[in-house]
Amino acid sequence: MQSSVLRWRAVAALISLATVIPLAVILASIGSPDAAIWSHLLEYQLPGLLTNTLWLVLGVGAGVFVVGVPLAWLVSVYDFPGRRFFAWALMLPLAVPAYVMAFSQLGLFEFTGPIQTWLRDTWGDSSWVPSIRSTGGVVAVLTLAFYPYVYLLARNAFSTMGRRALEVGQSLGLSRSQGFWRVALPMARPWIIGGVTLALMETLADFGAVAILNYDTFTNAIYKAWFSFFSLDTAKQLASLLVTLVFVLVWLEQRARGRRAYGQTGRAAPLPRLPRLPLSGARAAGASLLAFAVFALAFVLPVGQLVWWAFSVWAEELNAELAAYVGRSLLLSLMAAALVAVVALALSYAARRDKRPATRLIARLATLGYAVPGTVLAVGVFVPVAWFDNWLIARFGAALPEGTTAVLKGTLVVMLLAYTARFLAVGHSALDAAMHRITPSQEEAARMLGYSGWRLAARLHLPLLTGGMLTAMLMVFVDVMKEMPITLMTRPFDWDTLAVRIFNLTAEGQWDRAALPSIAIVLAGLLPVILLSRQKEPA
Amino acid sequence: MSALLEFDQVSQSYGDTRVVDAMSFQLADGEIGCLLGSSGCGKTTVLRCIAGFEPVESGEVRLAGEVLSRAGYARAAHERRIGMVFQDYALFPHLSVSANVGFGLRKLARAERERRVAELLELVGLATYGDAYPHELSGGQQQRVSLARALAPRPRLILLDEPFSSLDVDLRERLSREVRDILKREGMTAILVTHDQHEAFAMADKVGVMQGGRLLQWATPYALYHQPATRFVADFIGQGVFVPATIMAPNCVKLEIGEFCGLTPNGFTVGETVDVLLRPDDVQHDDASPLTARVESKVFRGSAFHYTLTLPSGQRVLAEVPSHHNHAIGEPIGIRLEMDHLIAFHRGA
Repeated sequence: MQSSVLRWRAVAALISLATVIPLAVILASIGSPDAAIWSHLLEYQLPGLLTNTLWLVLGVGAGVFVVGVPLAWLVSVYDFPGRRFFAWALMLPLAVPAYVMAFSQLGLFEFTGPIQTWLRDTWGDSSWVPSIRSTGGVVAVLTLAFYPYVYLLARNAFSTMGRRALEVGQSLGLSRSQGFWRVALPMARPWIIGGVTLALMETLADFGAVAILNYDTFTNAIYKAWFSFFSLDTAKQLASLLVTLVFVLVWLEQRARGRRAYGQTGRAAPLPRLPRLPLSGARAAGASLLAFAVFALAFVLPVGQLVWWAFSVWAEELNAELAAYVGRSLLLSLMAAALVAVVALALSYAARRDKRPATRLIARLATLGYAVPGTVLAVGVFVPVAWFDNWLIARFGAALPEGTTAVLKGTLVVMLLAYTARFLAVGHSALDAAMHRITPSQEEAARMLGYSGWRLAARLHLPLLTGGMLTAMLMVFVDVMKEMPITLMTRPFDWDTLAVRIFNLTAEGQWDRAALPSIAIVLAGLLPVILLSRQKEPA
Repeated sequence: MSALLEFDQVSQSYGDTRVVDAMSFQLADGEIGCLLGSSGCGKTTVLRCIAGFEPVESGEVRLAGEVLSRAGYARAAHERRIGMVFQDYALFPHLSVSANVGFGLRKLARAERERRVAELLELVGLATYGDAYPHELSGGQQQRVSLARALAPRPRLILLDEPFSSLDVDLRERLSREVRDILKREGMTAILVTHDQHEAFAMADKVGVMQGGRLLQWATPYALYHQPATRFVADFIGQGVFVPATIMAPNCVKLEIGEFCGLTPNGFTVGETVDVLLRPDDVQHDDASPLTARVESKVFRGSAFHYTLTLPSGQRVLAEVPSHHNHAIGEPIGIRLEMDHLIAFHRGA
């Protein structure tokens, strides 16, 4: 084997350590349970956590399906007033982090909020409005935040084959509605399951929204174990359970695919799209109304509430302090984006140079972090860093300054490592797509013209990968801007970001003051949505 | 034979573009018809009008005397009992081969459905593949599953949309013969749409040549080749070149390479100059012939050479010559005219 290929495999292996070590640390605690911690957990915490998590998974799973699939079907197969707008607008809630959605909806629907006030003024009674701080409320908020995953993936499936599925069904004697249930829906199943799985992964990983809504799940139990009870071991045990739940979910998704291969059979080039079926009269009005209702509930109302609060507080809140939060968020996000883009580039290039299964496995391991909730990764990164620090101090204590208790602990390094582990998959998928567009024959042509090694990379790969690098950086940038648990749990002293600021303010119920930082995050979040709509929206 | 399908003066437009223009043809029970034309000629729209996926603007589509479509009315596609084989096969990736074939048979009892599925898999030569999934099959096998699925509910008519376009050339020819046999064995009436005339000739009893939304000619492959109705059809079907000729008598014509006299009058005025279509098989190689032509280029086709020859006047003609007559480029070879049918058009017509 060429030594350069081996070198790239070593690079890939090194990169994967950023994910593998934290995961190993967390999973190892399954193998070494602490009896005292476990009996305490079993008695006081686990039953509640498990039932809460079960209800969330069932509720949000059903919710995102019921909201996402019909909307995707309507906008991809039918034409109705406002279709073009809604096709795009229904993705916008992706820009609103779940924790922002949570406190904004809480503000909208609480007793003194605009909706209940209006109901009382108009009808004299609002006591029937259910509280958002309930299982149903949490499910509703998370459904509104995460339905776009299902909507996007299902729309992808339906817009390429929805109309045709109906025609195939018709040619075999099925009416249109039978065709939807018997052909289109089963054919789109892997995309829909994929979307629901993504939404459920986000649900399990969610920290901010459930914290705001006082709903106990594993993520805030981990946070409290560490930061309120200072028991890193309990946090580790809880994290091991949470990560197991996530992997069970991923395993179920893989199993659902079975041996059936989806996607087109028969021909490589996609067939021309068929025109959409026009709806008229009551059906058209119903479609427009449904799309509008979801768009209003998931975007217009919560963002409108934020803007309203922002107006009421901007005179006091728009100050140097806010600018400092924005500055730190931007700086951190930029650093993480650049780091992840470079690491993802190395990983993608390594997989290209060495196509054997071992390297592919390494690449898969390295990108596993996206499935792992931020709270789990924060614990998983912190623990080995602490070991490393202790080892350094024990070994070289004499050479270090007097009274050193930490070397890496409490520095940006920990945070950036955790970010890399968490978001490498995001950067990698963007870069890998660009990498795949460079054909082997283009590379061979350059080699025949005398290019190799770094010169080949500089003259062929880098120029062709610029777009992919920028996309990767943008995606990671925005994800880090929105990220809450890792930032909260691993930030160095005095490194509060926008997300941390929102956490602190909402913990005190100061929602109006949290509006400005939230708007900053929503604005950043709109960037990738716009990028996504450019790529995906069929003409 | 009575007509099963009647396509009667049908027109259809997309916006301002008329894609099907007052088109008519009929297909008898058990016949296989084919619409042949280059892409954009409207042939797929015709198929979609028959299937019921498109309304018609004027005219009528009738099946066994029943009106399926006319302006302002269209029988729902799923009630027409018309089967379709899609260009991309459109197999259901989540269902096994048996379930795909049995998909349209949900009204049958289980045992009966299983029997019909087995019968069809047998018919298309995939009896042992029932439990496989579509992606595990080759392109040709997928195509046969899709045919079996369309045949299963015993439709009154089957539509095939460019059914072989995604297959290799070799496979295409073999499969088109196989599909014809299967359709004939089932006594199926079918319409095929294609841009490949080999496919059309191999499959169909009747072929219609389409151009710009119009049907130029609807006839047997033999008649299309030997009695093309228009210059476009003559040019589109088979190979050949137009050469000038003079009408000598009501049934005789004189070309540079010889004279041809038919049994019937040709309908031209004596003395008129016409364009005659010379097919490669109309020009025979004959070492004894006094008339020679120079070899300009040649293509080896295995059993034959396709020579492009230049006549003394500079006129080019094509000749198909058995491949043991291997002549060098530039060499003069003896030729003679050997025509069976006269295909001639007025000058400039």
